[in-house]
Amino acid sequence: MSALSLSGITKSFGAMSVLKGIDMKIENGEFTVLVGPSGCGKSTLLNIIAGLEPPTAGTIEIGGRVVNDIAPKDRNIAMVFQTYALYPSMTVRQNITFGLECRNVPKGEREAAVTRVAALLQIEKLLDRKPSQLSGGQRQRVAMGRALVRDPLLFLFDEPLSNLDAKLRVEMRMEIKQLHQRIRSTNVYVTHDQIEAMTMATRIAVMHQGEIQQFADPDTVYNRPANLFVARFMGAPPMNTLPARIETAAGVVRAVIGQGDAAVALPLPATFAAQTGREVVLGLRPECIAEEDRRFGHGGERVTLELPVEMTEPTGAETIVLARLGGERALARVSPDVRLQPGDRGRFALDMRRVCLFDPGTGALIA
Amino acid sequence: MLERATSDTMPAWGRLLAHVVVWALGLAFLVPFLVVVLNSLRTAQEIAQGSMIGWPENWAFLNYSEAWSEFCVAQTCTGLQPFMWNSAAVTIPATIVSTLLGAVAGYAISLWRFRGDTWIFGLVTLGIFLPQQVRLIPWTFVLRDIGLINTLTGLVVIHTIQGMSFTTLFCRNYYVSIPQDLMKAARIDGAGFFRTFFRIVLPLSPPILIVTVIWQFTHIWNEFLYGVTFTNGSQQPVTAALIGLNAAIADVPQYGVQSAAVVLAALPTLLVYLFGGKYFLRGLTAGAVK
Repeated sequence: MSALSLSGITKSFGAMSVLKGIDMKIENGEFTVLVGPSGCGKSTLLNIIAGLEPPTAGTIEIGGRVVNDIAPKDRNIAMVFQTYALYPSMTVRQNITFGLECRNVPKGEREAAVTRVAALLQIEKLLDRKPSQLSGGQRQRVAMGRALVRDPLLFLFDEPLSNLDAKLRVEMRMEIKQLHQRIRSTNVYVTHDQIEAMTMATRIAVMHQGEIQQFADPDTVYNRPANLFVARFMGAPPMNTLPARIETAAGVVRAVIGQGDAAVALPLPATFAAQTGREVVLGLRPECIAEEDRRFGHGGERVTLELPVEMTEPTGAETIVLARLGGERALARVSPDVRLQPGDRGRFALDMRRVCLFDPGTGALIA
Repeated sequence: MLERATSDTMPAWGRLLAHVVVWALGLAFLVPFLVVVLNSLRTAQEIAQGSMIGWPENWAFLNYSEAWSEFCVAQTCTGLQPFMWNSAAVTIPATIVSTLLGAVAGYAISLWRFRGDTWIFGLVTLGIFLPQQVRLIPWTFVLRDIGLINTLTGLVVIHTIQGMSFTTLFCRNYYVSIPQDLMKAARIDGAGFFRTFFRIVLPLSPPILIVTVIWQFTHIWNEFLYGVTFTNGSQQPVTAALIGLNAAIADVPQYGVQSAAVVLAALPTLLVYLFGGKYFLRGLTAGAVK
């Protein structure tokens, strides 16, 4: 029995179709992140799961029970909002217990539940304060406390970290992940931040234009993106996507990028032989293009090339280099020790083991 | 910032001019009231010998006790006192009930959202733009049919229902600034319509409730047309009774006592404004959630 099962969920506002048939099964204890650019329908989908909005069509099951006609309060869910949505006139304690109070839980049990949650989130000292007396991070914790106190089947998070500053966001990200590892809750987490998705999720659903582009574990989404949208959305900087032609000569499979003198031929693993003769889009993560002496942690498919450098962006930990590969722009991530200047020709090592090939027409992953 | 800059750069004569204009306007508004207050402390004789404008020579505080409890209004010599109580008996319940109903209606329209809510809001606030005279005859039929002609209860009903146009407008405009996420959180927590209202929305409401209470109190207390149309004799509110007082003493001008009666009748709204005015101004500019 899945914790959450969605089948054929659609949602239209008038003529505008926001969700175009979402199917999804989430097992107990999974941390699922719905990620996508703004307007992709991820928040609408979360509201539909919560029961705050009805779907136009489709079935929602929570814990094996169809909940389409069940009110949010009876769906056995809890939600954490981007704006925290703490009740301003209530103390932290009252905020946390309000849901229990609405369910007529006896006072003794409520007190015990607050004590448990406050200890879990280390907010014991804040219980008698009003939300206006709390910092952003503290409010975030209280909002989580309000969700945790009811011990629901499903936790829904609607961009809960977007209102925090960068440093606090990283801290809270770790805390949420740790909390999940500790209590093994089933989480559905909406964000537009692909780093949050990569770091926290056990499975990521990448959404775009009302459809799920890929629903897989972070490693697969990152290394084997289902299509060009996912390839370009996940990862910062995004995956290089270069038009290429697959050729086989003297038993060596090669991808040829660019035309004439500028053309570069990259040897590919033999498994790509089936694609010979095809026009493709070659996808290569920026970290697969590095300084010449880099070892990629495996033996084969390492190529070294000399490429013209157009621009560099030192970030401290590494330097992002904009180079020309067969006339196409490609990003590389090199060690900060490598001092390259615009106009230089640098020598780079390419990790061909992690190449992805996409169909230029449909954008789908082909190999 | 902009205002600050202009006042800093404004030449001295300009500032002087601004002060003169403000004081002149203030005086123009206050002079009539001042004349009434001064006359309320002069004897009838003093006013008759001199003019309507003058400083009291023998402070006639007795004018007030006479106006309060002795003076005759339309053949009953009980002073203004019973009519003041009438006004209070109309104003206080009508203010409280219309404010509470307006708060619930404004909450339902702004935060609970239902099909046709904007239409209902439009209809309710349309009441603000209907002149009183237009509503006079319909109210006559309604009060006759429910048997409340010439009763204070009838006036309470009128002021409660008509007041809701304003109170709903005020509260709705205040509540729209409450974030929808708060309502979503309440729904997931399992709070229904009234629990959400009483536990979450109402505790955020004091600024706007003070505004509506002051507004309603002032308007209902000062209201004259319905009072004089639908009630007579001992059932009149004080605004209507003041006219009777005027008529009763037409042969001997008792300007001192009349002025005292006017000041007494105006006192409750003046006090409400003096003590609540700053909350009124603050509430008009306040948002629901900081």
